[in-house]
Amino acid sequence: MTDDYYRDTGGIRQPDPTLGKRVPVTPEPSPPRPARQPAPPPSEPPPPPRVRRQRVVLAEPTKSTNSLRARVELEEQTSWGEMLIKDLIKAQLRSGLLLAGIVLLLLGALPVAFYYSPTFATMRLVGIPLPWLLLGVAPFPLLFGAGLWYNRLAERHERDFVDMIEN
Amino acid sequence: MNPWALSGIVLVAAMTFYLGRRSSRFASTTHDFLVARRTVRSRRNAAAISGEYLSAASFLGVAGVVLKDGADALWYPIGFTAGYLALMLFVAAPLRRSGAYTLPDFMEARLASEPLRRFCTVVVVVIGVLYMLPQLQGAGLAVATIFPAPAWIGAAAVTVVVAVNVMAGGMRAITVVQAFQYWLKLFALAAPTFVLCMVFLGTGGTGGAGSLGEPAPPVFREDTTVSVETDVTLEVGGETPVWSPAASGGERVWLPGRQYRVEAGSTLRFPEGAPVPVVAGGALDNASWLRPTEDASDLLGTYSLIFATFLGTMGLPHVLVRFYTNPDGKAARRTTVQVLLLLGLFYMFPILIGALSRLYVPELLVTGRTDAAVLLVPTAVLPGVLGQILAAVVAAGAFAAFLSTSSGLLVSVAGVVATDWLSGKVRDFKIATVGMAAVPAVLAVSLPVEDLSLSVGMSFALAASTFCPVLLLGIWWRRLTWPGAMVGMTVGGGLVLVALALNVVSEYTGGWAPWFVEQPALLTVTAAFLTTIVVSLGTARRVPDDVNSVMLRLHAPDPLGFMRDRADARFGKADERTRMKRGRHRK
Repeated sequence: MTDDYYRDTGGIRQPDPTLGKRVPVTPEPSPPRPARQPAPPPSEPPPPPRVRRQRVVLAEPTKSTNSLRARVELEEQTSWGEMLIKDLIKAQLRSGLLLAGIVLLLLGALPVAFYYSPTFATMRLVGIPLPWLLLGVAPFPLLFGAGLWYNRLAERHERDFVDMIEN
Repeated sequence: MNPWALSGIVLVAAMTFYLGRRSSRFASTTHDFLVARRTVRSRRNAAAISGEYLSAASFLGVAGVVLKDGADALWYPIGFTAGYLALMLFVAAPLRRSGAYTLPDFMEARLASEPLRRFCTVVVVVIGVLYMLPQLQGAGLAVATIFPAPAWIGAAAVTVVVAVNVMAGGMRAITVVQAFQYWLKLFALAAPTFVLCMVFLGTGGTGGAGSLGEPAPPVFREDTTVSVETDVTLEVGGETPVWSPAASGGERVWLPGRQYRVEAGSTLRFPEGAPVPVVAGGALDNASWLRPTEDASDLLGTYSLIFATFLGTMGLPHVLVRFYTNPDGKAARRTTVQVLLLLGLFYMFPILIGALSRLYVPELLVTGRTDAAVLLVPTAVLPGVLGQILAAVVAAGAFAAFLSTSSGLLVSVAGVVATDWLSGKVRDFKIATVGMAAVPAVLAVSLPVEDLSLSVGMSFALAASTFCPVLLLGIWWRRLTWPGAMVGMTVGGGLVLVALALNVVSEYTGGWAPWFVEQPALLTVTAAFLTTIVVSLGTARRVPDDVNSVMLRLHAPDPLGFMRDRADARFGKADERTRMKRGRHRK
C-alpha cells in the first residue's frame, strides 16, 4: 500500500491531503470541488468527495527495547553476542556440510560402482541402460530436493535466531 | 543455406535489442549498471541466472560430448547443475549480505587488503576472457554451419550486439534480456527434441546408423562424403573401406587398432554400411559409448571433472554478480533453489539430442565438429521444410545462448574493471565495456577452436582453483588472512594455467596428455586449499581486526538489519541521486 503510494509520487512524501481540511463524513449537497464534477442528475445521490485519506509513515514501528538492546549487544560483539553468532554460523555450516555430504556420497559413489562392477554398468531397466538413467535423469531431482531441504533448514535457523534475539 | 535460420537469428538479435533498450531507459546510476539497484525478485533473477549460465557449452557442447563420449559425458550437465547446490549451501546468502558489488570488492571487505583486491581484479578478467572465448567461437561455428560465411562474422555479430546492449543499460538492461533468453533456449531445445523423439519412435526406434543398443560402432546409412576442415587423427572400430580422392592409392581399408592422420581440407568418401571412424579419444563403438567409467584414468578424470564443476560455479564472476542483484540474503537462497529446478529441466534435452545425433549425424564424429550436432540433427532427421524450421529454432536458441552468456560476462568484467581500474562512473563502465568486448573478440578470431565443453571445463577449473577456496574459507573461517588468500590463488591459478599450456602443446604433438593435464581440478583445488590454509596459519598476525563484525554482517539474518551496501558508501544511494538530479527534492 505505502509502496504504491511512493511510486505514484516519484518517491516524494507529500503531506496528507486531508490535513487541516474539514472533510465531511457524509456527502453534502454541494461537494468541495463543484467545478470538476458535472452536476449529478437529481435522481441520484451526489458522489462522495474524491479526497482520499492517505497513511503517512514517518518511521518504521519501533521494535521493543529488548530486541534493540540485543542488537546493540550483537553489534558491539560482547562475549555473549559473539557466542550467539558463532552458534548460528556453526548450525548453518553443519546443515550445509550434511547436505553436501549426502549428495557427494550418492553421486560420488557412482563412478566407483561403475568401475568395479561391469554388470552394474551394463544393467538395463525397461530397455534403457541403468547408468544413463542414474546419470541423465536421477541427479537433477536429487539436487533440487537437496536445495529445497537446505532452504528450509537455513530459514528455520535464522528464524530461531531472530526469535531468540528478540526475546 | 537456410532462410528460416537467418530470420530466427535476426529475430533473436532484434528481441534482445528491444528488451535491452526498453529496460535501459531507467538505468542512469552506477547502481543500475552494476547491480540493477538490487531489486530483482527471486523468480526473475532465477530465470536470468539460468539464462546467463546456459552458455554455448550447455546448448551445443553437452550434446556434442554426449555424441562423442557417451555416458561419461553425462557428468558435465550434472556438474553444471550441482555447482549451484554448492553455491547455495555455502556462498549465496552470506555473499549477498556482504553488501559488496563485485568479487574483488567482497575480498577487500572481508580481508581489508588493497593488493588482494587488485589481484582479484586480474583473476576476474582472466576468467571472464577465458570463458567468453568459447562463446564467441561457438557463435562462429554456428554461423559457419548454417551459412556459407566465414566464422568470424558470428563472433563479430555477437560482440557488437552484446556490447551495445551492455553499454546502454548494464545490469539493469540485461536482467530482462537474460530471463527472456532462458525460456527461449528451453523452448528452442525442447520443441525439436519432442519432434525428433516422435520421429525416432515412429520409425521403430532405430535411426539411420543402426540401433544404439547394438554393440557395434555406428555405420553410415548411405554413401557419405565428409570434408575435414581441421587436422584430425581418426580411429576405427572395424574394417572400414575409405575412398579419398586426394591420396594416390584411391580406395583403401582402415584397420582397427591403428591411428590415421587426416589433414585439413581433405575429402573422404565412405560407402554405405561402413563403420564410422571417430576422432581419437572418443568412444569407438556403441558398447563403450553406453558404458560409463571403463578404466582408471576415466575414473580419476571423472572425479576431477566433478571437482571442477561442483566447485567452479561459485568462482565464476558472471554467476556471482547476479547474486548481488537480489534484495537480501534470503532471496539469494530462494533464487538458487529455483535455478536448480530450471537447470535440471533444461539439461534433459541436450542429453537426448546428443544420443539421437549418434544415430542421425555420425559423420560429425569424423570431422571432430561434434559441437554442431544440435544444429544439424533436425535437418538430418527431417529433410524438408519442417526440418529447416526446427533447425532455425535451434539456431535462434544457440544465438540466445551466446548472447546471454557473453552479456553476463561482459557486465561482470566491465563492472570490475570500471570500479577498480577506473573511477567507477557510468562513463567508465561504458569505456570498460568496449575494451573488454574487444579483447575476447580478437582472441576468438585468432585462436583455433576446441571442443566447447572442454574449454569451458578449463575455465571452471580455473575458477575452482582460485576463487572457490578464498570464498569458502573467507565466509566460514575466521583465521583467513590476505597473504594466505593471495598465495592460494596464485598457486591454484598458476597450476591450472600450466595445465592449459601443456594441453595446447599436447594437442599439437599427438595428444599425449594424461587426465590430470586435461582436467587438473582434482589436484589444483586441493593444492589451493592447502596453501591458503597453511599460509593463513603462518601469517596469523594479519587477521583483520574487524573480522568479528564482518562475520556478523555475513551471517546475521536479514531482519536484524546488519546488511550495509558498500556501493552506497562509494557511489551514494541510488534513489537519492536520481532525485537530486531531477531537482524535485526541493519541492
